[in-house]
Amino acid sequence: MPNTGKSTLFNRLTGAAARIGNWPGITVDLLSAKVLLAGAMVEVVDLPGIYNLHGFSDDEMVVRRFLETQAVNGLVVVLNATQLDRQLSLALQLKRLGLPLVVLLNMVDEAKRLGIRVDTEALARSLGAEVALLSAKYGQGFERVRGLVENLLRRHPAAQHGHAEAFREDEDIEAELASLVAQSVHAPALLDDARVQALDRWLLHPWLGLPLFFGAMFLLFQLVYGVGTPLQDLMEWLLVHFQSLALDPLLAGAPPLLKSFVEDGLFNGVGTVLTFLPIIVVFFLFMAVVEDSGYLSRAAFLMDAVMARLGLDGRSFVMQLMGFGCNVPALMGTRVMRSRALRLLTMLVLPFSLCSARLQVFLFLTTAIFSPRAAPVVMFSLYLASIAIAFFTALLWRKRFQSHEPLLLELPPYRLPTLKQLVLQAWQQSGHFLKGASGFIVIGVMLVWLLTHLPVGVAPASAQSWAGAIADWMAPAFRPLGIDALQSIALLFGFVAKEVMIGALAVIYGVGEDALKAALAARMDWVSAYSFMLFTLIYTPCLSTVAVLKQESKSWAFTALAVAWPLALAWGISFAFYQTARALGF
Amino acid sequence: MDTPLDQLHPRQTAEIQSIQAEREFSRRLFALGLRPGQLIRVLRSGPLKGPLHIRVGHTDVMIRRQDARRIQVRLAPQT
Ligand SMILES: Nc1nc2c(ncn2[C@@H]2O[C@H](COP(=O)(O)OP(=O)(O)OP(=O)(O)O)[C@@H](O)[C@H]2O)c(=O)[nH]1
Ligand SMILES: [Mg+2]
Repeated sequence: MPNTGKSTLFNRLTGAAARIGNWPGITVDLLSAKVLLAGAMVEVVDLPGIYNLHGFSDDEMVVRRFLETQAVNGLVVVLNATQLDRQLSLALQLKRLGLPLVVLLNMVDEAKRLGIRVDTEALARSLGAEVALLSAKYGQGFERVRGLVENLLRRHPAAQHGHAEAFREDEDIEAELASLVAQSVHAPALLDDARVQALDRWLLHPWLGLPLFFGAMFLLFQLVYGVGTPLQDLMEWLLVHFQSLALDPLLAGAPPLLKSFVEDGLFNGVGTVLTFLPIIVVFFLFMAVVEDSGYLSRAAFLMDAVMARLGLDGRSFVMQLMGFGCNVPALMGTRVMRSRALRLLTMLVLPFSLCSARLQVFLFLTTAIFSPRAAPVVMFSLYLASIAIAFFTALLWRKRFQSHEPLLLELPPYRLPTLKQLVLQAWQQSGHFLKGASGFIVIGVMLVWLLTHLPVGVAPASAQSWAGAIADWMAPAFRPLGIDALQSIALLFGFVAKEVMIGALAVIYGVGEDALKAALAARMDWVSAYSFMLFTLIYTPCLSTVAVLKQESKSWAFTALAVAWPLALAWGISFAFYQTARALGF
Repeated sequence: MDTPLDQLHPRQTAEIQSIQAEREFSRRLFALGLRPGQLIRVLRSGPLKGPLHIRVGHTDVMIRRQDARRIQVRLAPQT
């Protein structure tokens, strides 16, 4: 079943860092790790959650294909101990696969608090499997679970296939489930959790709910800003000292071209991006808290009526929020949708989500151009624009992607991540930013340096350089948007990955972070800066997104649409904004 | 008297009588605990005629009104 703590257990067992979140459908693909169990290296596979063996959404198909084609030593079934009245149905279906089973009743900490008692022996007898209580998050019962898994491996050293009939057989498990629950689970028929109810009363309030949501979002970004900016200054200070104490003396005797390549190219470019690392870490820390809080499902509840009018549903909105971290996992997250039309429409609007890479560009520009008081508000306006543009796109295209998927979504209890989970998740995501992007960033800034410094002997980034020639060629497209020629070079590189953009600008203007802010402020007023940011927000986020759009839609036509439409829209909106603002005399 | 689920008011409790849904959806309902005989309570409805927030057994679920209409329930005697 989804959201029962499979990935939490997987992480505890293998030391991996699978993504965890209080949302059904965080894991949508196989993830495997090798670990020493019962004296041998064993491959452990973390699967997406499934509701039954008959589902056909893409995440469920991943599980089905795995169970149908792969031979395994056994299955570890993770159920939520507080919801056994429904979750045991999956154990009953999996039993028919005839594979060795270990059934884990996870979240005992919550079950205990709610006063639920489970007769594990009765369950074990009925299911013909080992049954154990566990708290994957806090570790209670974990050693016993490891022992059970090792026992299973010793008793079944050979991998085997499950019975294929299990997928065909139709469920006549209703009566079986009822009697199993009656004999082994002791809890009231309707379970009330006072803590959850008290919070829901406010957060899901019929007319306070939505304002509270947007208020919370605004506060959150203020916090990221407030905590992150001083850390960013610290990082900047460190880099400046690194340059004056280490880099300058080291390059003192080097030929000027090499010195320029290393200092103006690599160091300025990469260093400027690096100053954003602290803020990105802080941002992902907050994202991890939000994802684990259970508020995402509530956001789906609050926004579903609005989304339905746009041809989407509450889950599409949650994916937009997830996209604020990175668009790629959000696009993958749409696998839980069963209707293809709904899924495609959601994927069409997701790339407008203001991801952490774009956040850097905007943080940089807003602090460079706007006053410290205005900057966070401008920043927030871009988030709102991101949501509005997604809605506008859905509204325009919903006729082409009509769907009627019934929506049924669990609202899990509120939770808080443990400190360890929090650090791990934030580190994992920002590590991705460093690792995934660093290749792009280094290559990107080197290319920009070459473009701006070749042919040999030209003044850097002048009209005679290659960059100047390209910019000149693109100028007719960008001049009406108030975007100056050299900045369009940064946009060109931003197509590959937005992380490169600030680095590219630093190289283009041949200066480090602080001086770059001044250089930009000298060349842009707030109108052209906002136009530049709107364009950056709307056009194709990065090549990885395009690749995932293709992989998930399996359609070139759709991918082409998902690239062309945002480009056209970016130009149109920037144009409209810039020309209107100028016409109004700004 | 049986009524469709979407007719219940917040805080009313009822027992599910029958469900009319195509196979795929009724399987999903079953997996989330919506099956005849189960107690169900409507907690609230979402803003702007949004979905219903219901509790069935030990699980909180949101369901759209047009889908809730397909579930027949019988009001449980007030306790
Ligand atoms: N209280 C409590 N929460 C837990 C426990 N195990 C996991 N959780 C929380 O349950 C939520 C879901 O955990 P995941 O590990 O992402 O669940 P999953 O089964 O992998 O979910 P999907 O990949 O979406 O199917 C997270 O908020 C976890 O922190 C536990 O033992 N106790
Ligand atoms: Mg998972």
